Amino acid sequence: MSTLTMNNLQKKYPNGFVAVPGLDLHIDDGEFLVLVGPSGCGKSTVLRMVAGLEDISGGDLLIDDTRVNDKGPQERDIAMVFQSYALYPNMTVEGNIAFAMKLRKTDKGQIKQKVAEVAELLELTQVLDRKPGQLSGGQRQRVAMGRAIVREPKLFLMDEPLSNLDAKLRVQTRAEIAKLQRRLGVTTMYVTHDQVEAMTMGDRVAVLRRGVLMQCAAPSTLYESPDNLFVAQFIGSPSMNVVRGVVRSAGEEGIVLEVAGQSLALTGAAAQRMAGLAKYGGQEIAVGIRPEALGGDGEGQITVAVDLVEMLGSEKLVHASIDAVAVRAIDTGVEIGTGTSSTMIASLDPRRDVRVGERLTLSVDTMRVHAFDLQTGAAIGRS
Amino acid sequence: MGDIFSSLGLVVVGIAAFAAVIGGLYWLASQLPEPWRERARTVVFLGPGLLLLLGLVLPALINFRLAFYDRNGDWYGFGNYRDIFTSSNNIEVLMNTLWWGILVTGASTVIGVVIARFADRMRGEPIAKAAIFLPTAISMVGAGIIWNFVYSPREYGLLNSMIGLLPGEQDIQFFLQDSKLLGIDNQWIPGLNSLLIMVVIIWIQAGFATVVISAALKGVPDDLVEAAKIDGATDRQAFFRVVLPYIKGTIITVVTTIVIAVLKIFDIIQTMGKGGSFGTSTMANEMYEQAFPQDNEGLGAAWAILLFLAVAPIIYVNARNQRAMRGAR
Repeated sequence: MSTLTMNNLQKKYPNGFVAVPGLDLHIDDGEFLVLVGPSGCGKSTVLRMVAGLEDISGGDLLIDDTRVNDKGPQERDIAMVFQSYALYPNMTVEGNIAFAMKLRKTDKGQIKQKVAEVAELLELTQVLDRKPGQLSGGQRQRVAMGRAIVREPKLFLMDEPLSNLDAKLRVQTRAEIAKLQRRLGVTTMYVTHDQVEAMTMGDRVAVLRRGVLMQCAAPSTLYESPDNLFVAQFIGSPSMNVVRGVVRSAGEEGIVLEVAGQSLALTGAAAQRMAGLAKYGGQEIAVGIRPEALGGDGEGQITVAVDLVEMLGSEKLVHASIDAVAVRAIDTGVEIGTGTSSTMIASLDPRRDVRVGERLTLSVDTMRVHAFDLQTGAAIGRS
Repeated sequence: MGDIFSSLGLVVVGIAAFAAVIGGLYWLASQLPEPWRERARTVVFLGPGLLLLLGLVLPALINFRLAFYDRNGDWYGFGNYRDIFTSSNNIEVLMNTLWWGILVTGASTVIGVVIARFADRMRGEPIAKAAIFLPTAISMVGAGIIWNFVYSPREYGLLNSMIGLLPGEQDIQFFLQDSKLLGIDNQWIPGLNSLLIMVVIIWIQAGFATVVISAALKGVPDDLVEAAKIDGATDRQAFFRVVLPYIKGTIITVVTTIVIAVLKIFDIIQTMGKGGSFGTSTMANEMYEQAFPQDNEGLGAAWAILLFLAVAPIIYVNARNQRAMRGAR
């Protein structure tokens, strides 16, 4: 039963590079928090600071309200699953799982019993006397999990534990880890660059960019109400379509946006959730529409030219060009594209007949339209 | 100067002639129709190697036969071997060789592990390792002469001069005097003179061990050590229980290589031990001393056979280890 708290946690390297300028994050007891972000965003650095493998340059790290900044990894009572699994190649599976208990001079009978329990749980009983070199990728991954579970630590740390598995096994293991965590109830911090993993596994997901927390919320919140353009485009696949638009009018009766020379009217509840746009009357903003919000039910309409159709079975992805400039979140802020047109992706019903080259009018679900400030990338919402 | 050039010229001519013969034979072989062409080519390239092997095996067989004769060339049966295992002088030689194998190999490997571990990722590591490796490049004879200056008595000897600086009357003529260690007269323990010569070879072999083990340490994934620390291991436990087992194969290679070199130790005994006097003789030294200066070819041959029997199993271990390391990769 443990909590993890980071107060203004910082990491500066001797060469002056600031990996994490100051992170505030709290993980509740038993919670599964996923730290996600593009490569180089500092997520692994944060995890390694929590593990005690990386020095903390500033701020406080608390496990169960005890400051552990200056404690070594041995004293933090944590377990970690590495991307490479880091299994001890000279020891058998049993030896690997039992290593931590042997170091703590646990009673031999007790070790044997605990190893057997964990092996049973992870279906490793048959391979207990094998060396890691003789195991499949999936088995190695489970041994790494077993090594973490058997210790009953205060905290699980996982550093991209699925990235060495093939796609099919990854989906299966993803579900198993999530189930296992819920069953054991151990507070867990999980690092990944894969937003699908983040969305499916975490109770909450923390999105990181250049060491800065962009948003930390439940997966559905991240998806439906992203705080900023970066989160909006990072979460969801295919990514949210974002183009430059203009606020034609914003008032009591509703909001009218102009996108690619076409008007998009938001009324009623759709206008209320975007009330903040009132301040942007006549100004340019970034308008975001998810591929799923196009072509279904919706009051708005937008016409596009179809460039490419991808049939995925469960959906049909239509790549279409639109006469509006693309807006993209980049590492340093917001980038407005060059040229006059950009590509939008719409996820349509697979039975719908769409031909390359045709001009297609798609409905827009106005309840799922997003607006962002062009300078800061911040989401424009109710106020 | 002219001599050097004419010798060099001869070498060049010799190599060219050899290449011409092989090249010519290869060309001839290429003219044959298949399947004979491939077979003939194999013979052309394998031939010189087989000839050399013959040059190695034949003397070995002659040596094996020679070991059954005494110094007058009369049949002696296993007499030479019996003499080796019964005479106290010869037992001292056997014991010396055993101690060489244990002490020099052990000390060199341990020093190599310790230096490699503490120099790892230190500032100036390449320079430090180069300095440690340097003695490996020195010939044994050269090393013997350098260390004779260290051990020699009075004002010539570095060590003696330093001991002489200590207050009181000091015994500064210890090397190549009495062979006893701390005054104990026992043929089962190594003599002082042997120990002092071993130091020189440890100085040489530790450099080799350091460089090889250091390279192996760099191949240990950081993750493994980090995982051990998270599992609760101290630095020391992580090193002994995770890192050392990981580089076990390399350590076996280092140990077997040094053991083989040390069992055959000869030149340093000749230069520093005055040809194996003062209780410093070893098997290889005795093989030479008996066969040539003492003119007892039979006994020398018997020593050679014993030396071969001592080295062979180690070569086997080494070969098996190499295979295991390849298999692990």
